[in-house]
Amino acid sequence: MTFLKINNLSVDYQMRKETVNAAKNVNIEVNKGEILGLVGESGSGKSTVGNAIINLIDEPGKVSSGSVILGDLNIHENSESIVKYRGNKIGLIFQDPQTSLNPILTVGEQLIETIQTHLKLSKEEAKNKSLNLLKEVGIKDAETRFDNYPHQFSGGMRQRVVISLALCCEPELLIADEPTTALDVSIQSQILELIKKLTKERNLAVILITHDMGVIAETADRVAVMKSGILVEIGETKKILTKPQENYTKSLVSSVPPTNKKISRFVIVEKENSDKKENNIKILNRWTKKVIIDQDLVKIKNLNKSFDDNFFTESSKNSVMAVNDVSFDIKEGESFGLVGESGSGKSTIAKMIVNLFKPSSGNIFFDNVCITEIKQRSELMKFRKQIQMIFQDPYSSLNGRLKVKDIIAEPITLHNPSISNIDLNNYIYDLLESVELTQKSADRYPHEFSGGQRQRISIARALATQPRLLVCDEPTSALDVSIQAQILNLLKDLQEQLNLTILFISHDLPVVRQMCDRIGVLKDGKLCEISNTEDLFLKPDHEYTKELLRLMPKIESIYN
Amino acid sequence: MVGEETSDEERAELRQTLGLMDPIHVQFSRFIVNASKGEFGISYQLRRPVSELIVERLPATIELVVISALIALITGTLLGVYTGINRKGFLSDFVLAVSLLGVSLPTFVIGILFIYLFAVILGILPSFGRGEVVDLGFWTTGFLTVSGLKAIILPSVTLSLFQMTYIIRLVRAEMMEILQTDYIKFARARGISENSIKYKHALKNGLIPVITIAGINIGTLIAFSIITETVFQWPGMGFLFIQAVQFVDIPIMSAYLVFIAFVFVMINFIVDILYYLIDPRIRVKGDAASG
Repeated sequence: MTFLKINNLSVDYQMRKETVNAAKNVNIEVNKGEILGLVGESGSGKSTVGNAIINLIDEPGKVSSGSVILGDLNIHENSESIVKYRGNKIGLIFQDPQTSLNPILTVGEQLIETIQTHLKLSKEEAKNKSLNLLKEVGIKDAETRFDNYPHQFSGGMRQRVVISLALCCEPELLIADEPTTALDVSIQSQILELIKKLTKERNLAVILITHDMGVIAETADRVAVMKSGILVEIGETKKILTKPQENYTKSLVSSVPPTNKKISRFVIVEKENSDKKENNIKILNRWTKKVIIDQDLVKIKNLNKSFDDNFFTESSKNSVMAVNDVSFDIKEGESFGLVGESGSGKSTIAKMIVNLFKPSSGNIFFDNVCITEIKQRSELMKFRKQIQMIFQDPYSSLNGRLKVKDIIAEPITLHNPSISNIDLNNYIYDLLESVELTQKSADRYPHEFSGGQRQRISIARALATQPRLLVCDEPTSALDVSIQAQILNLLKDLQEQLNLTILFISHDLPVVRQMCDRIGVLKDGKLCEISNTEDLFLKPDHEYTKELLRLMPKIESIYN
Repeated sequence: MVGEETSDEERAELRQTLGLMDPIHVQFSRFIVNASKGEFGISYQLRRPVSELIVERLPATIELVVISALIALITGTLLGVYTGINRKGFLSDFVLAVSLLGVSLPTFVIGILFIYLFAVILGILPSFGRGEVVDLGFWTTGFLTVSGLKAIILPSVTLSLFQMTYIIRLVRAEMMEILQTDYIKFARARGISENSIKYKHALKNGLIPVITIAGINIGTLIAFSIITETVFQWPGMGFLFIQAVQFVDIPIMSAYLVFIAFVFVMINFIVDILYYLIDPRIRVKGDAASG
């Protein structure tokens, strides 16, 4: 039975010069007891639709036409009355549990206030109801946790609190906007299980907004695919993921890294660069290409790093061991993957290798020289030149006040101050072309580029010093899947042609499987196991690895 | 301390008794030792112990500063919240325009304008002094008489204007930022009433930085009061200080400066404690992220 009916919903953003249609004539129906997945890349309007249902759109956007019918009520009839459905008939969960709770009110205060807004209950009754809710969403010691502030909960627990807040007035429709994107896989699966369970028990209608096809495959009954504000395709999850009709859906599905096999390249269906000539990497002739000899380029021995809570007391009591006795080697020319959940110390290791952090103890050898013991700056510069890093967030890792050519020129002139201007410019153009950007990009500023293009600029900057080791710290986790596929393809090409050694850090197992030759699994600063990629995925040794693989959302699960 | 007809011997003797002939480091360490006991010597001009003078003038300044701090905090917060919530609208624009004036006009100009308007033209408020004061033994207060209350209006408003405009702008910026945050959006999505969102959820968060700034500003108020007290001939410490500067009355000046430094430190200390009480994130560090 159709419970929610969205008819011809359009949302416009009135800008100074133009009107942007964030959603155009969207028609969606959701039944009770059903989870509808709403997928799309950033800017596709999927969150806009979610927010438009309860008319919670940021200025200057507004719902310009269409109706939303809940049961048999047209809740968009007048915009004033919609306020009383918020929280009451419709619950909303946001992406980031860190920011969606008020930091200076206790969890209990927030629950009681919400309950008393909608239900005529005394404070005592509201408290009892909240306690039951907290227990229902899986929070232990609900009585003591009731008086805690949000910052005293971990990420996953906080998202449970958020869910309990969304459900506290018995809504019949739940809109979950990327509810697990900010969480680790193990917690993600718990939260998704919780949502599935609640959907069944309470006979909820659920709209699950996400960009993660794996999550959709495992949770949603039906899927709606959106692109640039338009509903591209809607249907049963299995049908959409296995036999997509529309071109866009096909390309979206093919960009998702498969979890069950290794492919050589990502298929990019979208036209884009169809006139692409042979992949010419112009910087090749400048590159002093290393002949690969079978040796270890990086050796890491008993590496430790602790962050002391207190500056004054050296006591190890308060210190957190971010990296705990980690040793591994990376062969020249290989891709080594480091995987782990947040807090596992993977980024800390990366920062120690590029010498941004000093290890508490242990040694890092690069090309058989111990770089952790170099004291002289000039000596260290030789190694900095050979080790470059690509950061996770392409928005904050480029200086917004510098033109692209200045960004790329900086490392070049630092290591080679005598380079002539003409030579420098040519080199920059070659670098840009190698990462598939035009020469014109050189004179623009970073904000004129999209996330994927920015990450290309980051790669060009990293390549500028002709490094032998490229440390990639979650290089694609801020990007959409189709862009991710392009960037990963680019990295693979570059590695092949330039004989780069790559240390690839990610929490995303399918991506790591596609990118790496060998993988190390980290947990709480300790290395659980190192093994060849295919061995690791097919027959993992360590319990934790098995657990990670089991919990990883698999797009292929739809075939079973 | 000496007149025209004082003989050279007497002058030399006085120098000796005041210790002005000793080497600098001896004089300085003597000053430190005495200051730590609360003794700042004798005013050259008034020939009375400085500590006595300060205590005598203290109530006037404290009353002035407390009243202006209250005016600045209360009106500043109210107007800041109003302009932060109603971003467009005549009243908001008006308040912001006037606040710009408050920031840019120096205190003495505002003070003189006020005197001209309310004391000279309208003749409803006194232009100088504290009015009649009641001596409670340890404290002289102007709050208990009509003339005393009337007298404090102009100086306190003058003194508070700068801080008020500062607080308006700060609260406004905080409110605007907080109303955009996810937790406000989530509160809206739960159907919490707009009033509760604005005045409970948003304002409480918005006041945290205001407390820091306001604390530091109370110190600044005392410092600024020098000018206001001079304009209104207010018999407080600031006025005493200006007179001391004119007569090179070093004991008074050093005592005043030490006192101001002490007040600054105390206020910052209190602010830190308040911060701890208000923001739960500071309160429980260490046992966070359990479960």
